[in-house]
Amino acid sequence: METTAWFAARQELPPNRRKLLAIGSFVLPILIWCLVSYVPFLWHPMVRISDPGAVDYFQADMLVDKAVFKAELETMQAQGGALPVGGLSNPIYLPPPHKVAEAFYTGFTTPPASKDGLWLHQSLWQSIQVIFWGFLLSSLVAVPLGVLAGTYSAVSRLFEPFIEFFRYLPAPAFGALAVAVLGIYEGPKIAIIFIGTFFQQVLIISNTTRKLDYALLEAALTLGTSRLKLLRHVVIPGILPDLYRDQRILLGWAWTYLIVAELIGTSSGITWFITQQARYEHFENVYAAILMIGIIGLGTDLVLAKLGKRLFPWDKPANKQ
Amino acid sequence: MDNTTHDYLTQSDAVKARFDKLKQREVILEVKGLNKVYKSAQGETTALSNVSFKTHRREFVCVIGPSGCGKSTLIRILAGLESYSGGQVLLDGKPVTGPGRDRGMVFQGYTLFPWLTVRKNVMFGLEMNGMSGEEARREADLWLELVGLERFASAYPHQLSGGMKQRVAIARALVNQPRILLMDEPFGALDAQTRCKMQAHLLDIWRNVDVTILFITHDLDEAILLADRILVLKANPGEVQELIEVPVPRPRSVDQLFTPEFIATKARLEALIHPPTAVASDEAETVKPHMIRFTNVADNVE
Ligand SMILES: Nc1ncnc2c1ncn2[C@@H]1O[C@H](COP(=O)(O)OP(=O)(O)OP(=O)(O)O)[C@@H](O)[C@H]1O
Ligand SMILES: [Mg+2]
Repeated sequence: METTAWFAARQELPPNRRKLLAIGSFVLPILIWCLVSYVPFLWHPMVRISDPGAVDYFQADMLVDKAVFKAELETMQAQGGALPVGGLSNPIYLPPPHKVAEAFYTGFTTPPASKDGLWLHQSLWQSIQVIFWGFLLSSLVAVPLGVLAGTYSAVSRLFEPFIEFFRYLPAPAFGALAVAVLGIYEGPKIAIIFIGTFFQQVLIISNTTRKLDYALLEAALTLGTSRLKLLRHVVIPGILPDLYRDQRILLGWAWTYLIVAELIGTSSGITWFITQQARYEHFENVYAAILMIGIIGLGTDLVLAKLGKRLFPWDKPANKQ
Repeated sequence: MDNTTHDYLTQSDAVKARFDKLKQREVILEVKGLNKVYKSAQGETTALSNVSFKTHRREFVCVIGPSGCGKSTLIRILAGLESYSGGQVLLDGKPVTGPGRDRGMVFQGYTLFPWLTVRKNVMFGLEMNGMSGEEARREADLWLELVGLERFASAYPHQLSGGMKQRVAIARALVNQPRILLMDEPFGALDAQTRCKMQAHLLDIWRNVDVTILFITHDLDEAILLADRILVLKANPGEVQELIEVPVPRPRSVDQLFTPEFIATKARLEALIHPPTAVASDEAETVKPHMIRFTNVADNVE
């Protein structure tokens, strides 16, 4: 007998249904993409020319609008010239899944086009480094500052109003400035990730710190804990699982600044790869690269989530499966 | 009526002898003319007004009173977690200025540290006061045994039931060997059966440990079962109504619930806390619902 409904507010589903839905959440968009790509008449607004016939500006493998093709076909029929031949196709910016899957593989096996160019994995590695340093530097300052601001009103009152103001300023706006100060290579890119992350990070972490049950601090005080020891022995261990969760969310946030950051100064990393490929209209490569960012991001998060469960065995939300 | 109101003051010789002996012991806690006024946007609230009482060593005092009479305020002031507006709080003759290990506290909401195992929770106070890990561990295990939780030493608090959590909280407070143990409705969140066990357990602990207990409750039976003396507060403002010496002989058990002393004391407490005249006059406080029938007339349950 089914005891749980599919839609019961705040109730967990049984494991097999959870797995099914998790797989479905990826399979569904891919399925839609497949349908649009492989089933003609579903969209296919273009025609790919296989034989230009007598139409003088048609070429083999050229994509033309369906209406244009039809008009030219009718003209040729009327004039009695060689008829152009072509098959329905999607626009160039929507390659079918198998092309992207192929590009996913060939991306790593194709040597760089120019001598001083980078292999795809080298570009990716560059991007990962930018994220790593930007996020690390931001965390080194923001985590302590956030915890202090959440613990001591004086720190909060001194720093938070300005940070509240600053976080509305779009990080890319500082691009030119960052180049002027830090040069054209990695420096300004890391700076943009830093600016994009830091201010939110301080506010989110101070908020998390403030959510720690004050009764725990009171309990510690009645056990003879000095006020100075509270921070290290109660506040920090008390917020650690939530802090860790915040960091995971913020790391995802840092990734979203990547493309803008890498466009600053000399374009680099995965962004350089994407812009290059887009310029030559190799859109399957563009999709493959975008997918890689997603896979790296989701992959790190899953690993971190697993690690979190190990690190914080007392943390209920993380261990509630 | 006359009979019962007098009864609670009549003490058997054994009980009288106990109280005489108790009052010979040194005073641990002395509260003199304590006042507490909360200032907020809505105006001032006098939570406590001129509260005075003394507690002797190894005495078990219960504080009882209607909701909002300032029981929690009182115990938080004693713990040093709340400031006070006037009067004096003396522990062993020295004024209380802030929280300290000489006053242990057990809260209604358990407040165990979720990131520490049961043993580490109990060790917390010792380590904060500079005891080495190994020694603290041995000490903690001793107290865990006292509350019967040695098997759960390496469990995390979220794996324990409410009653077990509260036993850890008691062990955690007692391991510091406080002069007085302050308990704010510690069993309020427990079911009746667990609460009953915890009461017996607490009495056991109290018998075997040199500690004075100040225990807040709103359960009259609980107060009579546990206390040597009951401090009855009244609300608006919180003032001492009476300090009742409980005439029920020790050792206590639930079997005494229907003894004449017990019934008489309970009647007295009832009279103090729910005075019949006050209920009638206190128009705003009494709920007089206008009963509308939401059921079919034929569908009667009585
Ligand atoms: N932080 C506060 N600010 C303002 N007023 C407060 C504050 N804490 C308590 N009070 C007021 O002081 C009075 C006593 O509150 P207290 O919590 O001590 O009552 P209590 O006897 O513990 O009640 P209960 O039995 O419901 O726990 C109440 O009128 C309450 O509204
Ligand atoms: Mg209270």
